[in-house]
Amino acid sequence: MIRACLVALLSHWRRNPLQLFAFLAGLALATALWAGVQAINAEARASYDAAAATLGEGQFDQIVPKAGGSITQQDFVALRKAGWLVSPVIDGRHDGVRLLGFDPLSSPASFGVGQVAQTGNLAAFLDPGQLYSNAETAERLQTDIQIVIDPAIAPGIAVGDIGVVQHVLGRNDLTRLLLHPVQPMIRPALVDLVPGLRLQPANQTSDVGELTDSFHLNLTAFGLLSFAVGLFIVYSAIGLAFEQRRGLVRTLRALGVPLGFLVILMLIEILLLALLGAGLGIVLGYLIAAVLLPDVAITLRGLYGAEVAGTLEFRASWWASGLAIAVLGTLAAAGGRLWQIWQMPLLASARPRAWAMTSGRVQRVQSIAAIGLLMCAAAFLWGGSGLLAGFAVLGLFLIGAALALPVVVRPVLRYAEHAAKTPQYRWFWADTQQQLPGLSLALMALLLALSANIGVATMVSSFRLTFVDFLDQRLAPELYVEATDTAHAASIEETMAKLDVPVLPLLTIDIEVRTQPAQLFGVRVGPTYRDNWAFLDAETDAWDQVEAGAAVIANEQLARRAGLWVGDEISIAPGVSLPIGAVVADYGNPKGQVVIGETLFRQLHPDVTLQRFGLRTSEPQQLRDVLTNDLGVANSAIRDQSAIKAFSLQVFDRTFTVTAALNVLTLAVAGFAMLMSLLTLADLRVPQLAPVWALGLTRRKIGQLELLRAVVFAALACLFALPVGLGLAWVLLAVINVEAFGWRLPMFLFPADYVRLGIYAILAAVAAAAWPAWRLARTPPNALLKVFAHER
Amino acid sequence: MNVRALIFCVLWPFAAFAQGFAGLGSGADGFATPQPDPSFSFPADHGPHPNYRIEWWYLTANLQAADGTPYGLQWTLFRSALAPGDKEGWASPQIWFAHAAVTTPDMHFATERFARGGTGQAGVQAEPFRAWIDEWAMEGPDLNTLSLKAQGTEFGYEMTLAAEGPLVFHGQNGFSVKSAEGQASYYYSQPFYRIEGTLNLPEGPVEVTGSAWLDREWSSQPLSETQSGWDWFSLSFEGGEKLMGFQLRQQDGSGYTASTWIEADGGTTAYPDGAFRAEPVSLSAVAGRKVPTTWRVQLADKGVDVSVTAMNSNAWMPLTIPYWEGPVHITGSHSGVGYLEMTGYE
Repeated sequence: MIRACLVALLSHWRRNPLQLFAFLAGLALATALWAGVQAINAEARASYDAAAATLGEGQFDQIVPKAGGSITQQDFVALRKAGWLVSPVIDGRHDGVRLLGFDPLSSPASFGVGQVAQTGNLAAFLDPGQLYSNAETAERLQTDIQIVIDPAIAPGIAVGDIGVVQHVLGRNDLTRLLLHPVQPMIRPALVDLVPGLRLQPANQTSDVGELTDSFHLNLTAFGLLSFAVGLFIVYSAIGLAFEQRRGLVRTLRALGVPLGFLVILMLIEILLLALLGAGLGIVLGYLIAAVLLPDVAITLRGLYGAEVAGTLEFRASWWASGLAIAVLGTLAAAGGRLWQIWQMPLLASARPRAWAMTSGRVQRVQSIAAIGLLMCAAAFLWGGSGLLAGFAVLGLFLIGAALALPVVVRPVLRYAEHAAKTPQYRWFWADTQQQLPGLSLALMALLLALSANIGVATMVSSFRLTFVDFLDQRLAPELYVEATDTAHAASIEETMAKLDVPVLPLLTIDIEVRTQPAQLFGVRVGPTYRDNWAFLDAETDAWDQVEAGAAVIANEQLARRAGLWVGDEISIAPGVSLPIGAVVADYGNPKGQVVIGETLFRQLHPDVTLQRFGLRTSEPQQLRDVLTNDLGVANSAIRDQSAIKAFSLQVFDRTFTVTAALNVLTLAVAGFAMLMSLLTLADLRVPQLAPVWALGLTRRKIGQLELLRAVVFAALACLFALPVGLGLAWVLLAVINVEAFGWRLPMFLFPADYVRLGIYAILAAVAAAAWPAWRLARTPPNALLKVFAHER
Repeated sequence: MNVRALIFCVLWPFAAFAQGFAGLGSGADGFATPQPDPSFSFPADHGPHPNYRIEWWYLTANLQAADGTPYGLQWTLFRSALAPGDKEGWASPQIWFAHAAVTTPDMHFATERFARGGTGQAGVQAEPFRAWIDEWAMEGPDLNTLSLKAQGTEFGYEMTLAAEGPLVFHGQNGFSVKSAEGQASYYYSQPFYRIEGTLNLPEGPVEVTGSAWLDREWSSQPLSETQSGWDWFSLSFEGGEKLMGFQLRQQDGSGYTASTWIEADGGTTAYPDGAFRAEPVSLSAVAGRKVPTTWRVQLADKGVDVSVTAMNSNAWMPLTIPYWEGPVHITGSHSGVGYLEMTGYE
C-alpha cells in the first residue's frame, strides 16, 4: 500500500515537472545563498582562529613597549635573568607577508607556532633556517630561506626562528615578549627592570574576530534575506501542489487509506524533496562562496588587517546548518498545507480553491500583522541599542513592508478599475485584483529584492561620495615617510626645512580612553589641518585650542563608543583631562583616535620618538628623489598619497562588490519567484480566461494583457519599494553603521540609479511573464472550450 | 658520572626523536671526540667546550634541617650543540637547558629551563666562575667557593658551597670509558662541598646544611647503540670515603659498569667493567611505571656491600625527558647518604 500511495502522490510531480522544478530550484537557490554566506563566514572565522593560534594573541599576557617602538634583546635577557619567563617575538612584513619570528626553546608549550618546531626538525629550523607558511603565502614570499609548507599556519603569515626572521627583516630588535602563564616564585617588579615596557593582559589584545563580527553579521543578514525570498518560491510551489492534489487525496482516502498514514507519507515526500533541493543548494552555495571568497578576503585584509584564506574548505558547520535551515524552512512552508489536508472533510469538494478565494479576513489579518511589525520596528528603533537591535529594526521593517504591499496595492487597482474607460480594461483591472493573492508572495519577494537594492545602493553610493571627500581631506600630504631612527628623522626634518617643505610629524601612541583602546596622535597644527579637516561638530576655534594644548579632537568612532561629544572632558593621560574641541569623521577606521597638539604630546610622552612624517609638496617625484638619494630613505619607506588613496578606495570597492553581487543574486531569485508564480497560475487561470475568450478577446490579446499585468505589478512594486528602500538605507546608514563601525554617514539620493533599477525590475517582470503569457496565448482553443464542456 | 644526561643531550634536539635511539651511534659530525690521557687546564676547563656536542655542570646535595629532616637538591646545567663552535646572537648553535629539583621525605619538586646560546640568556664562564640560565646561577670567584640558586613556581633555593677537598678525576685521569666499544667522555668531579642555605618550600623557608657533589663531563658521542638506560650512584660514606659507580644497561640484559673509589683525602682508584655491581632489590610504582628504589650495591675490592634505598621513592623528574633522580641512604657494610639517578625505565 505504501508503494501504491507513494507512486500516486509522486505521479503529481511527474505530471507537473515545472512545479517540481520550481520547488527544487527555489529551495536550492534559498539554500545556496544562505550556505554560501555561511561558508564564507566559517572560512573567515577559521582563518581568525588559526591566526590567533599562530600569533598567540589573546592567549598569553604580553610585554610590549610603552611608547611604540620595539624591545631590545638586552631587555629580553635582563627580564629572563631576573626570573621573568618571557619569550621573544619579532613581527614584521616582507613581500606583503607577515613574518613572525619566535624562539622555539623559550616559547610557551601551548604557543601555536611552538608546535611547528616540535614536529619538524629543530636543527634545520634554527640553522640554516626555515620559514613555515601555507602554500598560498609561500608563493608570495621571495627569500633564499627554505619554506616548509604547513596548512595549519594562518594565511598571510610565515613563521620562523627569531634569528632567521630578524635576518630576513634586517632587524635585531624584538616586537613583543610572550609571558608564560606559569611564573617562578620570586620576580622583581617589571617597572624596575625595564621601565620602557608594560604588561598587556591577554584579553586586552585587539581581537580581530570581534572587529569583523559586524561584517559577518552583514553577510548573514543578506543570506537570510535571500533565504526568505527563496522560501517564498518553495511556499508557493508547495501550496500549488497540495491544492491540485486535493482530488487525489480525497480519492485515496475514499479507497481506504488512513488519513494519518497519508499525511505521514506526504511529510516523507516533502522531506525527501527538501533534502534533494537543499543538497543541490549546498553545492551551488559552495560555488557562490568560492567565487566571492577572494573579494571578501581582500576586503577583510584591507578593512581590518585580518587575513583570510582564499580557498574554501567544505566544513560541516556551514553545510549542516544550510541543510537544517532548508529542511526546517520547507517543513514550515508545508505545515499549513498538511494541516489543511488533515482538516479536509472526506466528502468535501475536490474543486481547487485556486488562488482567488482569498477572503477579506486574510487581508485584514495581513494588514494587522504588517502594522504590528512596523510598530515593533519603530519600538526597536526608539528603544533598542546595539547591532542586533539594528538588524531587528531592519528585519521587522522589511517584513512589515512586504506584508503591507498587497494591502496598499489593492486600493490602487480598485481605483484603476473604476477609472477604466472600456469594459476590456475594467475586466483587466478586476482580473488583476483577482491575481493579487496568487502573486502577492512573488511580489513581496520582488519588493524585498528591490528595496534591498535601493537601500544598499544608496548606502554604498553615499558612502563612496563621503569617502572620497574624506580621503582628500585626511590624506592631504603628498608623501608619507618613515625614518629608520630618531637621528634619521632629525636629518630628514632639517633637510625639509632647508627645502622649505612643510613637515607634518605623525606622533602616535596607544592609550586607553574610558577602557576603550585608542590611538593618541600629536600633530603640528598648520594650514594642512585647518583647511582640510571637516568636522562633524566643533567649537569655533577648535584648532587654536588644540594647538594651545587646551582641547583635543576625537574621531567619531571614539566619541560614539565612549558616549562623548564636543565640550565633554576626555582623559588622555593620568591626571590630564581636556575638553573635546571637535569631532571628526574617520571612515573605515576601526580604532578610536584622539588628536592633540605636538607640544602637548611631547610633554606627555617625551619617550615617543618621531619616525613618521607627512610632507607637503607640489613636486612629489622630485622630493622622492631627494629623500631616496640624499637622505637614504628606502623606497619602501615612502608612500605617496595617491597610492594610499588608491588602496583605500580599492578596499572600499571590494567591500561592496560582495554586497552588490549578493544584491544581484537576490533580484534574480525574486525574478525567478515571479516566473514560477505566473507559470503555476497560468494553468489555473484557464477557467477564468475562457469566458473572456468566448466573449471575443483574442488569445493574442490575452497574452499581451498578461504581459501588461506583469509590468503593472512590477511598477507598483517599484513604487512601493522606493520608500521602503530609502527607509532601509536610512536604517543602514544611521543605525547599523553606527553600531557596526562607529560612524554615521550622510545620506545622498541617487534618482537616476533608482530609475535604472525600476527599469531593470520591469524588464525582469516582463522576462518572467513572457513565457507564461506566450503559453496562455498558445492555449489550444479546445482547452478553453473544455471549460464550458465540463467542470475540468 | 651522568651518563644519564647523555640521553637529554643526544635526544635533544627534537629532531633526534624522529631518528630514534639508533641515531645515537652515528658519526660525530665534525665534533671533537675525547682522547685518552687528557691534560686539563684550569680554570679554563671549568668553562664550556663548544666543539664537543654535550656538556654539563651537575650538582647534587644531601641536606639536613635543624630538626634532622633529610632533603635532597639538584642543580644541573646542560649544554648541547647543534654544530661545533659558537656564533654571536641567535645564530649560535649552542643550546642550554637546566633542571632543578628539591626532594623532601614526602614531596618532590622539579622544574626545567631552556635557552639559546649567543644572547646572554644562559652560559658558563670559567673565571670568575659563573654558570647561569635565566635567574638560576652557580657562581663564585672560583669553583671552590660558590653560591647557588634556582626556583620554580612552588619551590626555590639559595645556597652557598665551599669545597673541602680536591677535584677528583674518573676513569683514566678523567678519560671515562662508557662502553665496551670505547665510547668515552671527559669526566671529573668535586665531591667535597660543604653546603648550606635556605630551601623555599610551599610550607615556608627551611635552613639546611649538608654535602654536595659537582660533576663536570663533556663528550660528543658517548653512548653505544645497544645501551638502553643507566643507573648511576654517588655515595658518601660516614668514614669520609666516597664511591661513584654506574652501570649502563644493555638491551640484551647485560651491563657495562665503571666506578671510582674516592678516599677521604681525594685519592682515587678507578675500576674497570664488572668490579662495581648494582642489583635491584625492590621496585616502586612511580609515575605509572616500576622503578627500582632499593639496590644492593657491591664493590668487592673495598669490601662494599650495601643496601641503597631511596629517601623518597617518588623522586620522579616529570620534565621534557623524564627520569628518576633523588637522595638515597645507605646501610650495610657502610652507611651514609648519596644520590641515585635512573633512566630508561619505560
